[in-house]
Amino acid sequence: MNAHAPLTAFESEHGLEIRQERGQRAVFCGLTGIVWLHRKIQDAFFLVVGSRTCAHLIQSAAGVMIFAEPRFATAIMDERDLAGLADMNDELDAVVSRLVARRPEIKLLFLVGSCPSEVIKLDLSRAAQRLSRSLAPDVRVLSYSGSGIETTFTQGEDACLASLVPEMPAEAANAEPTLLVVGALADVVEDQFARIFSEMGIGPVRFLPARRAGAMPPVGENTRYLLAQPFLADTARALEERGATRLAAPFPLGAEGTTGWLKAAADAFGVAAGRFAAATAPGLRRAEQALAPYRAMLRQRRIFFFPDSQLEIPLARFLSREMGAELVEVGTPYLHRGHLDREMALLPRGTRIVEGQSLDDQMDRCRQARPDLTVCGLGLANPLEAEGLATKWSIELLFTPIQGYDQAGDLAELFARPLVRRTRLEV
Amino acid sequence: MQLTVWTYEGPPHIGAMRVATAMRGLHYVLHAPQGDTYADLLFTMIERRDARPPVTYTTFQARDLGSDTAAIFKDAVAAAYERFRPEAMIVGASCTAELIQDDPGGLAKALALPIPVIPLDLPAYQKKENWGASETFYRLVRTLAVPVKPAAPRETRRPLCNILGPTALGFRHRDDLVEIRKLLDALGIDVNVVAPLGASPSDLGRLGAADFNVVLYPEIARAAGQHLQKTFGQPMVETVPIGVAASIRFVEEVATIAGVDPSPVLSGAPSRLPWYSRSVDSTYLTGKRVFIFGDATHALAAARIAATELGFKVVGLGSYAREFAREIRAEAALHGIEATITDDYLEVEAAIQASAAELVLGTQMERHIAKRLGLPCAVISAPIHVQDFPARHSPQMGFEGANVLFDTWVHPLMMGLEEHLLGMFREDSEFHADAAPSHLGPGHSPVPPPSAGYDTHASRGPHGSPLLAGEGQGEVCDLSGDGPHLTPALSFQERETGAPPIEPSRIEERPSSGCVNPGAPAEEGGSSGALHSTWAPDAEKELRKIPFFVRGKARANTERFARERALPLITVETLYDAKAHFGR
Repeated sequence: MNAHAPLTAFESEHGLEIRQERGQRAVFCGLTGIVWLHRKIQDAFFLVVGSRTCAHLIQSAAGVMIFAEPRFATAIMDERDLAGLADMNDELDAVVSRLVARRPEIKLLFLVGSCPSEVIKLDLSRAAQRLSRSLAPDVRVLSYSGSGIETTFTQGEDACLASLVPEMPAEAANAEPTLLVVGALADVVEDQFARIFSEMGIGPVRFLPARRAGAMPPVGENTRYLLAQPFLADTARALEERGATRLAAPFPLGAEGTTGWLKAAADAFGVAAGRFAAATAPGLRRAEQALAPYRAMLRQRRIFFFPDSQLEIPLARFLSREMGAELVEVGTPYLHRGHLDREMALLPRGTRIVEGQSLDDQMDRCRQARPDLTVCGLGLANPLEAEGLATKWSIELLFTPIQGYDQAGDLAELFARPLVRRTRLEV
Repeated sequence: MQLTVWTYEGPPHIGAMRVATAMRGLHYVLHAPQGDTYADLLFTMIERRDARPPVTYTTFQARDLGSDTAAIFKDAVAAAYERFRPEAMIVGASCTAELIQDDPGGLAKALALPIPVIPLDLPAYQKKENWGASETFYRLVRTLAVPVKPAAPRETRRPLCNILGPTALGFRHRDDLVEIRKLLDALGIDVNVVAPLGASPSDLGRLGAADFNVVLYPEIARAAGQHLQKTFGQPMVETVPIGVAASIRFVEEVATIAGVDPSPVLSGAPSRLPWYSRSVDSTYLTGKRVFIFGDATHALAAARIAATELGFKVVGLGSYAREFAREIRAEAALHGIEATITDDYLEVEAAIQASAAELVLGTQMERHIAKRLGLPCAVISAPIHVQDFPARHSPQMGFEGANVLFDTWVHPLMMGLEEHLLGMFREDSEFHADAAPSHLGPGHSPVPPPSAGYDTHASRGPHGSPLLAGEGQGEVCDLSGDGPHLTPALSFQERETGAPPIEPSRIEERPSSGCVNPGAPAEEGGSSGALHSTWAPDAEKELRKIPFFVRGKARANTERFARERALPLITVETLYDAKAHFGR
């Protein structure tokens, strides 16, 4: 349990109580990101180089998608592979050529590192270069690590997008400022944002990742980027190395977060206040209408977040400010203070944020606090329900469109539903 | 290196977890990187357990690798002992920890805990889940079972046996155990210990007190049974009582070993399968071509039942359990076929296609292959999804198990009378020669090209009102319409991912103007002469971005919203206004 250590002393920032905790962690590894990423980039294939455990994990996480000729697979290392590294590269090349022959529609292949491949130091970036040369021009091959030792759940998306950044075309030096929205969003959400930006007169607006491997957006000194997700530390760094500038903003969850996020872009692109208000008014009105019925259900409900995706802080902000919920503890696997600065400023003073995890200790705190709703992973949800605690399983927040005005009601509903359900069941 | 999408078995430490989770008072400390805790949800979600598995993971990270992962492991063992106070512990490494070569056994021993700590050596790059379960159970039995004097001389008491094999995450293990206990009780035999399911380490200490052992699942408990046979001289019954004949043989063997009379159990008609199978409605089952795949225990049993108790023709038999390849090959030879021994589902798919089977009996995977091929299918073996851990009693073993098997296997097929009528009216347009079983849904072609799979969903999706009644992405939506035995409700992963198994473009949408179809279930009062709105092309396009299983509801709501407001044209704005309006 990565060097168990009890909670450290509070730090104070924005009047919050921030602490680190180390110990056993109940979280997914970054390989899980493949499950949504492969649906976003429609001609990419994700090949995990790992063990049977990795294949089993993806199968468990991907569920029935595994049967639909999905664009991901695992090259399972066996005993022979562990004998010598040279042999392993040959084996990998053979697996990749079989794969490419079977799936000729694939334009981009990600070699995804796992714990076993990282521990034996199999050099996947060299393998990617080698394979890129031999498969050019039909298929580009990139690599990133989704291993549990390096990445937690959504950090797999960060590693993937960061590997794409060096591949993005260079934007002309004298180009007009462009807006880049970073982070995989559901297509429907992406399109909503594109419409609002266009009504504000901001353009061109591009999205990373693009829906096609060959259509990745350009980047350069004039690129202003907005993070749509809070877990993109490495991607942001890579974009900045290519000259792009981050627009500080809260994340587009709930009406307030969405407005703040859009406002950051509007300010950077000099959109007049009236035009901004006109572009956002219909969305705001609809979000307000959709959120209203859930307020009564969530008001003053005490909510406890276990760490999972790094979405916890923006979600806690939405629940406390727009829904009137109370925050018992907000766990997050990793806290990027720079990217979450705007979010933390909006949290109620005294909110307890715990970065990292010591599972049994955290479960003890949760049991003692007896929150009205606990947001946690599927390994904990039923056991906590059996102890009489209402839970909301967190993975759904990654697979359901929740960003933007028109999803604000859906987002509130995800948290209200387990509470409503409890009032309905009489047995 | 093996290219894999689907694996029939997990790694061996999952097998060890299945044993640990089945037991009480045992704790497993697993040296494993962050992320390997995913395995918990197999137990909490698929089997719906109400407690976390008794497993502590070290969840080391990259930053720990430079320092002392061995110390982390020792701390984890010590902390787990302090917190859970188990009677015994097992310790081991997952695949990654195997590579960093800490020695869990040695490290745990150095702590000198006052309980037995059993090291497991589970080679993750050679072996798999079932082997891991078997090895773990064997190690536990070997370490903990000690010579015990029987409570009384054999002559003055009822015979006593152990039941070995049921684990957590086992296909119908819970209910099989109920049936076997019932049979043993009816024979006048007492049960000493059931293990691993429900047993504590101290229960394992008492295994030697029994007169004999019943090994229910050889993949898991044969090694332990053989050890007990050698060490304590306990005979072992290894006949797997799945099917009527096998159950009778099982009862006779147990009765012989225990020295009791089997006739009270065997007299009368203990199972309804024989009569059902002889009833004339079953005549059409004769010679039905069946393909069977699964773990060794269930595949072997299914082949015998199919051939001799239901009168099918076994046209394919295989297993992913290489350890049992010889037995599977021998059984296949009896049916005049070549066994399919593989863990590659694409090979299984090819074998099914080549066999021209009319019924597939297999795992979750074969269920999906069969769906793609438009074939009836029933599940007989793990790996399985959540729907195969049913709330109702549904054993596979014993005489009640045989009843369950008859129903489960026959339901996906057409009933005899139905098939007869189809034959009589073969020339009629609705009953043409290629008509598929009615439960497969309208417009289903028997063997579509593989790429057109899942069209049961597609053709039903937009029309089937049960599907559209779901309230949101997270609701249980039964995509299958009327065939829960064939295409059960969405598994939790399906709901979790919220992702359709097919590209949205493959889905046939209803005609775009919702009012032209008077029979459409979503159109309440469609014939009332109210104003009909038309969809603007961009709104129609927007609608198609909504996941298919809630799209119909979104369409209906939007049209109702537009109708109530007398809006002639539905725009993107209307769509979202309606969403906001109804979104409670």
